[in-house]
Amino acid sequence: MHHKNKLYSVAAIAAAAALTLSACGGGGGDQAGGDGDTLRIGIKYDQPGLGYADGGEYTGFDVEVAKYVAKELGYSEDQIEWVESPSANRENMLSNNQVDMIFATYSITDERKESVDFAGPYFVAGQDLLVRSDDDSIKGPEDLAGKNLCSVTGSTSAENVREEVPGVNLVEQSGYADCVTMLGSGGVDAVTTDDIILAGLASTDANKGKFRVVGNTFSEEKYGVGLPKGSDKCEDINAAIEKMIDDGAWEEAVTSNTEGADYSYNKDLNPPTPEACAS
Amino acid sequence: MSSYFADFASLFQQFDVAAAFWVNIKLTFFAAIGSMVLGSVLALMRISPIASLRWMGAAYVNTIRNTPLTIILVFLVLGVWSQLQINLSADFNQNFFRYAVIGLTVYHAAFVCEAIRSGVNTVPVGQAEAARAIGLGFLPSARMIIFPQALRGAITPLGNTLIALTKNTTVAAAASVTEISALMKTMIEFRPDVIIAVFLTVAVGFVLIVVPVGLLTTWASRKFAVVR
Repeated sequence: MHHKNKLYSVAAIAAAAALTLSACGGGGGDQAGGDGDTLRIGIKYDQPGLGYADGGEYTGFDVEVAKYVAKELGYSEDQIEWVESPSANRENMLSNNQVDMIFATYSITDERKESVDFAGPYFVAGQDLLVRSDDDSIKGPEDLAGKNLCSVTGSTSAENVREEVPGVNLVEQSGYADCVTMLGSGGVDAVTTDDIILAGLASTDANKGKFRVVGNTFSEEKYGVGLPKGSDKCEDINAAIEKMIDDGAWEEAVTSNTEGADYSYNKDLNPPTPEACAS
Repeated sequence: MSSYFADFASLFQQFDVAAAFWVNIKLTFFAAIGSMVLGSVLALMRISPIASLRWMGAAYVNTIRNTPLTIILVFLVLGVWSQLQINLSADFNQNFFRYAVIGLTVYHAAFVCEAIRSGVNTVPVGQAEAARAIGLGFLPSARMIIFPQALRGAITPLGNTLIALTKNTTVAAAASVTEISALMKTMIEFRPDVIIAVFLTVAVGFVLIVVPVGLLTTWASRKFAVVR
């Protein structure tokens, strides 16, 4: 009997510990607004050239824009708390107040505007193709008939290309790195998503010189800064983005993060002018 | 609130949720048959009087059972399909469906094998001795005496494996099969306004598929139990 009681109390402690831990996991919801000492910025951790966590270092175009904007908002670099925000979690992280803003290849769409606010855009990307650098048979989506193509499961790019090229041989993988592996080994002939993401993938040390961005975009994705609904930071962020474009830091951030991919951004649409903020 | 329900309803017009679930059911069906066959052979190997077969069966089970299913499917697609360029079907999408069935079969065969072996342990040793005493060799006694009783004793663990298999078909998204978890990602990407409803739809769908399997297993394990 004694033994049994002990077991129960151990179980009770374990349950209590689990509850406490999960309360912590809530992301500090009680420091509401995040106007205190740190600015919590959501970025991708797995997209080289845009948002990439390399040990304790964060690199990429999204990260550089985020740092610039944070500086303009009055936060020094060590006041920034980077948070990983995968595509599927972005809306939830904003509405649950787990981050203050998101710079994570976040396209502005009407559906998303229902649940979050956007500042920006700070870049206009377009869906493009990445091919092996010695392959000149693919110049755009019209050359994809009979070719194998790779994209990420459930992504806008995957759905777009299904509509653009009916009956395309589309492989869906969980990440673009897997797609690039397939492209290298010859399983697929092209990888498709936004041009700047492809350029970032192709400019990593391991891939430099092996792949080429085709440069024939067939969609328009406006990368915005995701904000919680009703945020008052939108105007200030837009001013910071405009300043970054004017003083040349924007141009440098794009080129330094896409070196070695034979890539130049769409000059007709970039640099963009931030849209009016939602009232 | 009623507009939320209208948004939710429009989800079903935009996406073919039933067709995606049907893919999961088809994956379950073919992988269940495949893993039942392979698992029975493995169980036979593990109880056979030949030491090398017993060793091979044990090695298979211990290796596959301790390998994550995602790894097996990613290996099949990145390694076998992309690197070795082996196509299982001329139809592009059917090819990946078959790879997914193979991956699910290979993985769950290890669990089916152990479920059957647990059933074999419910058969009293006297049954095997009696079979040998009347002159039956290993295979005939396994086929006519041991397995019929063992399978009846293994219904519950086999049912559990089937339930696990049903839910594990969602991993087939890793092998580029457009089933419900892949559709769920698409729905989240395009309809973040009803994200909770999307999760609930998928969860309820699986409950509807899996609960009957559980009820059937319980009923069958009572009905076919060997009365000793």
